[in-house]
Amino acid sequence: MKSSRFWAWATFTVGALYFFVPLIATLEFSLRMRRGEYSFDAYRVVFGDDRFQATFTYSVVVAILTILLGVLVVVPTAYWIRLRMPHLRPVVEFITLLPLIIPAIVIVFGYIRMYGSSSPLPFLATARGTDALLIIGYATLALPYMYRAVDTGLRTIDVRTLTEAAQILGAGWTTIISRVILPNVLIAVLSGAFLSFAIVIGEFTMASLLNRPAFGPYLQNIGANRAYEPAALAVLAFAITWACMSVIQILSRFAPKSANQPR
Amino acid sequence: MADTFLSIQNVRKDFGATTVVNDFNLDVERGEFVSFLGPSGCGKTTMLRMVAGFEEPSAGRIMIGGVDVTNLKPNKRDIGMVFQAYALFPNLTVAQNIAFGLRVAGVSRAEQEARVKEMLSIIKLPDFGSRYPYQLSGGQQQRVALARALAPSPKLLLLDEPLSALDAKVRISLRDEIRAIQKRLGITTIFVTHDQEEALSMSDRIVVMYGGKAEQTGTPFEIYNRPATRFVASFVGTLNLLEGRVASSDRGAVEVDGQTIELGRPIEAEAGKPITLALRPEAVSLGETNGREQGLSGTIGDVHFLGSVIRVKVGVGRNAVMLDTFNDPASPPPVAGTPARIGFSPRDVLVLAD
Ligand SMILES: Nc1ncnc2c1ncn2[C@@H]1O[C@H](COP(=O)(O)OP(=O)(O)O)[C@@H](O)[C@H]1O
Ligand SMILES: [Mg+2]
Repeated sequence: MKSSRFWAWATFTVGALYFFVPLIATLEFSLRMRRGEYSFDAYRVVFGDDRFQATFTYSVVVAILTILLGVLVVVPTAYWIRLRMPHLRPVVEFITLLPLIIPAIVIVFGYIRMYGSSSPLPFLATARGTDALLIIGYATLALPYMYRAVDTGLRTIDVRTLTEAAQILGAGWTTIISRVILPNVLIAVLSGAFLSFAIVIGEFTMASLLNRPAFGPYLQNIGANRAYEPAALAVLAFAITWACMSVIQILSRFAPKSANQPR
Repeated sequence: MADTFLSIQNVRKDFGATTVVNDFNLDVERGEFVSFLGPSGCGKTTMLRMVAGFEEPSAGRIMIGGVDVTNLKPNKRDIGMVFQAYALFPNLTVAQNIAFGLRVAGVSRAEQEARVKEMLSIIKLPDFGSRYPYQLSGGQQQRVALARALAPSPKLLLLDEPLSALDAKVRISLRDEIRAIQKRLGITTIFVTHDQEEALSMSDRIVVMYGGKAEQTGTPFEIYNRPATRFVASFVGTLNLLEGRVASSDRGAVEVDGQTIELGRPIEAEAGKPITLALRPEAVSLGETNGREQGLSGTIGDVHFLGSVIRVKVGVGRNAVMLDTFNDPASPPPVAGTPARIGFSPRDVLVLAD
């Protein structure tokens, strides 16, 4: 009993050190731009940089659009699979896992081959088209997280009976999805959304290879050419991700209480 | 029939190779309360879901108010339905749940509010409008589900085992409440249950189902007292079975355990053939009495003292006949092992067709 508790704490301590030491070191380093004293100079430089503002805004917009696309694709799909084709669930689950297995770089090269300016679907011919392709690519990358989050949310309600209850009251599919299904999985959708946000904000490969002015390539560029600013940016990026995760944690407390199961 | 409102005609339903509902026919009058009664898996829910439009019949027709709805989508049928698992929308309040159908139908805000208020008072939960489903007990949730189904004034109300998730006390009070509301609104209703007591006590008519078929359709009185098939007789109520042999077909004489009883009516089976007779416990008394002039000799078996009633088992050869007698403070209950005679009227003897 006592020794098991000791080992539990020991493991926890080692894990915490492994996690926090580099983080604290980075934070500490980011504060040392001014010789001999701690200061926020690095952050001031970063925030004052036009390219920071431009790329960050770009990535936030792309992230929001990615989330919208993801919700539009994933919620009806996961719902339909649960309602009408439960036997296909393992297949769909496998498909949604593919983006974790196939490296982003492979996807991008596929895109470049498929949608080049001489192809029948020349997405890459214009900047807007490339932006659209980037969003589609990001939605693919976020698919494993989004699908799992939504599917877990759907599991907490009796999808079939609620659908039928709404149908017999006269509701069509749009009403059912928007007023019955979506509100009940909203918390799950939001956790999926914040995960997607965290992924998109720092993504490098796709943005860089498609040559879009996103935050990821900017981070890389700064990292290669400066000393203190990259540390400040790393801390910022970490803070954003961490904030997203905390929001997910907080949201999960508001998950709807299901009263569908007979007591 | 004078005023048929719902007509189910030769409906069959196959799932793959298995036929779940077969050759189902039923005419329901306007305002009538009809129960589908049968054991689990006999196709009650499937038949109800075809009326609702959730399943499409493999053959046959369903008419509501003279209109063929066989291929109409559920959301176009103007039907109210209550599910066993309540199926309230967990994200909506009680009032929003009740208003759901009205809102979908585009009814004005003010009208919605008035109707919700009316429904809440009908289900006797006037102050529960702003609660969420998870804050209600099972019985309250099911009443809200009933109000939600009735709020848009549907043409037809379908209930699929609405009481079976509730505990016994709530079940009985809600049973009466549902029937009272149904009568008050005069809404044509189909009620699915596997509980014979529920069906007998609530219904205008009962359809007893077995293996996807309607075995018998009739009033509770008919179903109980004149079961048409052996299944109906054994599924509804308690039944004493007497194995015998036909002594004479046209006189209706049957030999049971070496004794002969006369039914006073012809029997279809030929003389010498084995036959099963059945008697309800309440149709049997100890000793032949006024109007119960047929009798059989046997031996008292188990005696259960239940207070106002004494339940006695009498062995007649290999058959055991159960009967209830009222507790008479002036005379002690029968004693096990002593000889006894049972009396019954030939009219109450059921000849079971297999
Ligand atoms: N969607 C379906 N696919 C295949 N078989 C089904 C389906 N729905 C019901 N069944 C089968 O049909 C039979 C009758 O089911 P059901 O109508 O639910 O019975 P009940 O409501 O009387 O208990 C059962 O044997 C059940 O397994
Ligand atoms: Mg059922």
